[in-house]
Amino acid sequence: MTSSLLFNLTTIAYLVSTLCFFVHLASRNARAGAAGSYTAYAGLLVQTAAIIFRWKESYDLGMGHAPLSNLYESVVFFAWTIIVIFAFVDLKFRYRIIGAFVVPFALLGMAWAQLELSNKIEPLVPALQSNWLLYHVVTCFLGYAAFAVACGVSIMYLIATRAGHDKKTNKGGMLAMFPPTRLLDDINYKAIMIGFPLLTLGIITGAAWANYAWGTYWSWDPKETWSLIVWFVYAAFLHARMTRGWVGRRAAWLSITGFASTIFCYLGVNLLLSGLHSYGG
Amino acid sequence: MVARMACAVRWSADDLPVENLTYAEGWHRHDDIPRSNNVTTKESSGLRSIREFFCSIKLAMFLLITLAAISIIGTVIPQGPPSQEYLQTINQNKLQLYQALGLFDMYHSWWFIALLSLLSVNLAACSTRRLPGIWRTISRPMTVLDQGLESTLTNLTRIEASGDAAALRTRVAGILKDEFADPIITEEGGAFHLFAQKSPWSRLAVYAVHLSILVIFAGAIIGSLFGYKGFVNIPEGESVDKVTSRSGKEIPFGFALRCEKFSVAYYPGGSPKEFKSILTLLENGKPVAGYDRVPVIVNDPLSYKGVTFYQSSYGKLGSHEFTLSEPDGSNPQPLTIQSGGSARLPDGSGICLQETTQDISGEEPGLSGPAAMVEVHLAGGENKSFIVYADNPARNRLSVDYTGGKLLQYKGGEDSMYTGLQVARDPGVWIVWLGCALMVAGIYVAFLMSHRRIWVRVENGVVTIGGNANKNQGGFQLLMERLVTKLKLKLAPEDDK
Repeated sequence: MTSSLLFNLTTIAYLVSTLCFFVHLASRNARAGAAGSYTAYAGLLVQTAAIIFRWKESYDLGMGHAPLSNLYESVVFFAWTIIVIFAFVDLKFRYRIIGAFVVPFALLGMAWAQLELSNKIEPLVPALQSNWLLYHVVTCFLGYAAFAVACGVSIMYLIATRAGHDKKTNKGGMLAMFPPTRLLDDINYKAIMIGFPLLTLGIITGAAWANYAWGTYWSWDPKETWSLIVWFVYAAFLHARMTRGWVGRRAAWLSITGFASTIFCYLGVNLLLSGLHSYGG
Repeated sequence: MVARMACAVRWSADDLPVENLTYAEGWHRHDDIPRSNNVTTKESSGLRSIREFFCSIKLAMFLLITLAAISIIGTVIPQGPPSQEYLQTINQNKLQLYQALGLFDMYHSWWFIALLSLLSVNLAACSTRRLPGIWRTISRPMTVLDQGLESTLTNLTRIEASGDAAALRTRVAGILKDEFADPIITEEGGAFHLFAQKSPWSRLAVYAVHLSILVIFAGAIIGSLFGYKGFVNIPEGESVDKVTSRSGKEIPFGFALRCEKFSVAYYPGGSPKEFKSILTLLENGKPVAGYDRVPVIVNDPLSYKGVTFYQSSYGKLGSHEFTLSEPDGSNPQPLTIQSGGSARLPDGSGICLQETTQDISGEEPGLSGPAAMVEVHLAGGENKSFIVYADNPARNRLSVDYTGGKLLQYKGGEDSMYTGLQVARDPGVWIVWLGCALMVAGIYVAFLMSHRRIWVRVENGVVTIGGNANKNQGGFQLLMERLVTKLKLKLAPEDDK
């Protein structure tokens, strides 16, 4: 099938992109950084085509549904949204080095999907046959991806502030290419300002769908509860900026904790806990 | 390290939706609680410290993080009455501890509700504390660029200009109107003061978000007080007019619901494609117009008079006739087994009916007539599944060893289905959606719009301009640069031309 070939190409593109960014990080070679960005964009285009092809292929097989219905499809879509948000940050802030801390998340997702998960196109179970599927999954994953970017940037912030990056005496090594810490903090905040409304919409569309399908908008199912946990953590992050003791490194740690909870909400709940939301996403 | 942190603090505060208010509004930067200049000194210090406790952002942070951490428990410990399998995995002491703490229904336990209530009180207190100041900022803006205000503006620019103040005022007002917003003009101290602002009301958005949480809670409380949830099974051809709610109360609908038919459709690969009930609503025994034989599938419920029915499960009902005889067919004894049910054979072993069909030819070409798949629990503890036919005694004879030497034959039977419907009535749900809409709108405005203010003082020969925004400093800086460039160009002294 065309789509699986294209997904393989996508994985290779993200691998090359990650390697370029690592070379950029180690050698401070600007061309390596540019190559990293461009291969990531190329991968994004190929992946977009692959998702469209897979969508079309499901119609050819007589099932006809958006490719967002099982674990493979959701992981692939997650990787796609991470690169979309990365492209946005890369074009807006123009600090290539951020790619070294964000693109690996997308690579991990694609590699896991391609190597471990079944890419068979399956028919849609009755519970998923709803337009809410598209709204719910797209909003959730764009939110998750923004949190992934925030997490990558927070890791950079922690590295930078630990090494005393802002002091002029310590300008050597890979930190030389890091954005100023206040900009890292700003990107962290802005990424969460993108992610938080999307997560909120994702939870609300999920609740609306649950109410429409089951008659209960909230049943404290592990998936619902974990999404609320993630929401609480990022709500805390947003309020942290208003208290003296919580800005800077502690806010960065909150952002990383938020992304760890996001990943647990996405994968941990499905792989380790049981509940209503057993669709692989 | 300390110095760097302080720098980050000062800088990050610029992007705050709430924090970046000037001193003139009675706020003090970086403090949890604004030191409002109208706090009455009569208030006792104890009362004030209680109020400040409930108003503090530290409490909000504590509650958010505590709620996040504590909510994990209920995702690890299964909620609801513990199952047998789960009980076997924990010891008696643990079980008693969990039960005492209410961990099997923790999201409705007194301490979890108490935390949510405290969060509600906290955000209501924070909001009501801050709103008056915000409201003053919106409704009574400072329109005069005086010394005090000047000292708080970091982007103050002085432009040399020709002409008298009155003429300059008109030109500056025109430029402000074109580039930003129509200014309010005040004459004070021999100078003209121009004040223009955009989206001051965006400052209210964060309070709309806080309010939306209370609205959602209110909707949830109304739903749990005045609504109910339950579950009904309706066999095909039968009707129900009441439901037993989860709290064990029997609630009449005020009408009846009949299941005409239930069916399952499959994909070619064998996985289920659609679960469909055909339902008819009856009032006084007569079908209601528009509700006669309506299909209800998963993701497409049926609502009537505030009660909604959701396709949720299904099962088989029916009875099936068998005979047990000597292997040669003599001395036949009837045996009836319900769909999915079981019976005892004369030798004491149990027999379960697994599946039936009224025509086997589809599954076993060359054979015809009704057939049933049964499972026998043999004395040795072994289970044996086999098919019993109606029109094929020779084949049935192959299985006599499993049924204690007797010949088991299927006579046929009738299968009917029942549908399982989730029933819900929730008068609070629209309040919840209203709260959600308010929350989404509030978050978008709070994050994307900023209150931008520009002050200009026009004196003879000199124009002073400054401004601030409560968010998106970068964008505001660009706006100010553009405005200053334009003013410099238009107000340049005559001799420069």
